Amino acid sequence: MRHLLSPLDFSVDELDRLMDLAGDIEARPDKYKEACKGKKLATLFYEPSTRTRLSFEAAMLNLGGSVLGFSSADSSSAAKGESVSDTIRVISCYADICAMRHPKEGAPMVAAMKSGIPVINAGDGGHQHPTQTLTDLLTIRSLKGHLGNMTVGLCGDLKFGRTVHSLIEALVRYPGIRFVLISPEELRVPSYIRENVLDAGRVPYEEVRDLETAMPSLDILYMTRVQKERFFSEDEYIRMKDCYILDRVKLKTAKPDMHILHPLPRVNEISVEVDDDPRAAYFPQAQYGVYIRMALILTLLNITV
Amino acid sequence: MLNIGGLKDGIVLDHIQAGKSMDIYKYLKLDKLDCQVAIIKNARSNKMGRKDILKIEGGLDVVDLDVLGYIDCNITVNIIKDEKIVEKKVVRLPKKLTNIIKCKNPRCITSIEQELPHIFFLADEENQVYRCAYCEEKHK
Repeated sequence: MRHLLSPLDFSVDELDRLMDLAGDIEARPDKYKEACKGKKLATLFYEPSTRTRLSFEAAMLNLGGSVLGFSSADSSSAAKGESVSDTIRVISCYADICAMRHPKEGAPMVAAMKSGIPVINAGDGGHQHPTQTLTDLLTIRSLKGHLGNMTVGLCGDLKFGRTVHSLIEALVRYPGIRFVLISPEELRVPSYIRENVLDAGRVPYEEVRDLETAMPSLDILYMTRVQKERFFSEDEYIRMKDCYILDRVKLKTAKPDMHILHPLPRVNEISVEVDDDPRAAYFPQAQYGVYIRMALILTLLNITV
Repeated sequence: MLNIGGLKDGIVLDHIQAGKSMDIYKYLKLDKLDCQVAIIKNARSNKMGRKDILKIEGGLDVVDLDVLGYIDCNITVNIIKDEKIVEKKVVRLPKKLTNIIKCKNPRCITSIEQELPHIFFLADEENQVYRCAYCEEKHK
């Protein structure tokens, strides 16, 4: 049985097939509207996440399936002290596939070890969030037509942002990728990403502080939020949070075919005036998130249409 | 020079870094076995100056030799049969460690689910880096 715990669980070929399927779903949604009829998705969310949970639910409903689950640990048997292993054994009797979000890192892996149904990691602490990475890859591929030979700018919190780490690890598998890592000194990518992924793979990259200087070279600009919950001190958070705010003025030097991505939710790092710019891709990105989750559910359930 | 001929069948762990024999005794869980164990501390060694030696009575299945590679790669494992060394084993860093070291990451699932085995994988052999199988945090 196949699970999705890390974005690297799928080979490049498998990812290509998954994205081809997502593309077909986008082009011909009617073809898939009853593909999962009679199947049930369990959404096991031990911490709140409106966007990811609803995206999974929308994906399953679009496929004609049903959804059950819980949206916080308080409303689950975890509040009574039940282990993840026990919960997944029980859920395996109720559903055909599950998406799990858990504040503790590795919880979906524990579930996968005991599960009778495919487990999708819907985010485990600061560790992995593979369906966000798949969403990012599909968005870039759909908008650019390919995934290699481009300069990708990653901006903001590159230290704590798990989506950034996963995206780097996924993109380095494609040829001709160059990164511009835009962040303050304190929020640079961790050394293990720099050394084990970028340096080890001889991937060209530069680390800069200034977004405007980097802007003209970028094909993709991936903005991130400085997350309050990752900081130990309020003062430090306040000092960092407004480091990079993308507005129309900063976009003036950007390529006309550059695309702006953001895993959302945003706070103030992208000014709302940018929303109407044709290069703003963060809302379409949420739609691609539904397509790729539909493709993922079909793939893990071995359903062909 | 110390003589290992006193052991009829068993294992002699030689070239243990001086002072480390009790750690190995603990890691190998020898206190839980009822076989004879001799601990020799600070034995003179041409190669190391001083070294520790452990003599364990019994077959190879008695102890988990893979763990030794994690503790000290320089240990020599001598297999004794009928009072003779029949094999010298070189220990290597094990690919996987189960319940030998514990994950210290407070965000790891093992921090709240006590019954889970602590599993680590060898991520970087050259630098002897082990990462937790669940959260991938490096063991320090």
